Amino acid sequence: MNDAAARNFEYLAYGLIACWLILIGYVLTLVSRERRIRQQMESLQRMLEDKEGK
Amino acid sequence: MREKTLYALGAVAALILVRNIHTMLTGLPDEAFQGAIFRIIFFHVPAAFTCFLCFFASLIAGISYLKTKNLKWDSVAVSTIEVGLAFGAANLITGMIWARIIWGIWWTWDWRLTSMLICWLLYAGYLVLRNAIEEPTERARLSAVMSILSFSVVPFVFFSIKWFRTQHPQPVLYGEGKMDGGYRAMLYGNWVPILMIAICLVAVRMMQEKRQREIDAMRRAAHAF
Repeated sequence: MNDAAARNFEYLAYGLIACWLILIGYVLTLVSRERRIRQQMESLQRMLEDKEGK
Repeated sequence: MREKTLYALGAVAALILVRNIHTMLTGLPDEAFQGAIFRIIFFHVPAAFTCFLCFFASLIAGISYLKTKNLKWDSVAVSTIEVGLAFGAANLITGMIWARIIWGIWWTWDWRLTSMLICWLLYAGYLVLRNAIEEPTERARLSAVMSILSFSVVPFVFFSIKWFRTQHPQPVLYGEGKMDGGYRAMLYGNWVPILMIAICLVAVRMMQEKRQREIDAMRRAAHAF
């Protein structure tokens, strides 16, 4: 494989890696938001139960 | 049940993508002038299609919210815009990597590239606007207006290569453009799993938005005690 062809493949790999990284990055933001929502939901439910108990 | 179906759909889409990558690397010949880098089109163009489709869905959702005042449409708008931005970023970055090899530069301020960047920034501004407004109905109303206004740039981005002389190539999928049948089949074949992934992401994001609204309602209930 000559230099130009090798460079082509190298940049193609960068492109594919960039696509996967963006996808994984967005999925990770969804996961962290999901965790935050669950925590908020649990703490609010506890707070409401405490208030109802009083 | 619904969540499991979505995860299964996402997993199937990821498997199809992996199989497509294998096929495009081993089963398709290099493009005569561009060589191996041409294969980046199988991600660059489907990412753009998905991005524009998401933005179009957000336009419909924005109009529907203003008509019905149903917050479900606000969830659709924010979900599709977030996912559209992710695919828009993939389109811009793969385009830059492709340009570095073919044009020798990462970026040029031609009509297509500049309008796409402006479009992306406008929709990113939509998310900033949402975060700045606390009150849910006011946030939904202004966001709907912003999503409708932002969409006005999309046709300009799409047709800029027809209307102006640009460094970006002319369309190869419609008009006078031509593309080899094998390449065309791979391009559309790769769009299918990308679209499946986008649908999964939008659905998951919508479920989160629904739960966030429930939390807001619970907060109001807690304050009312």
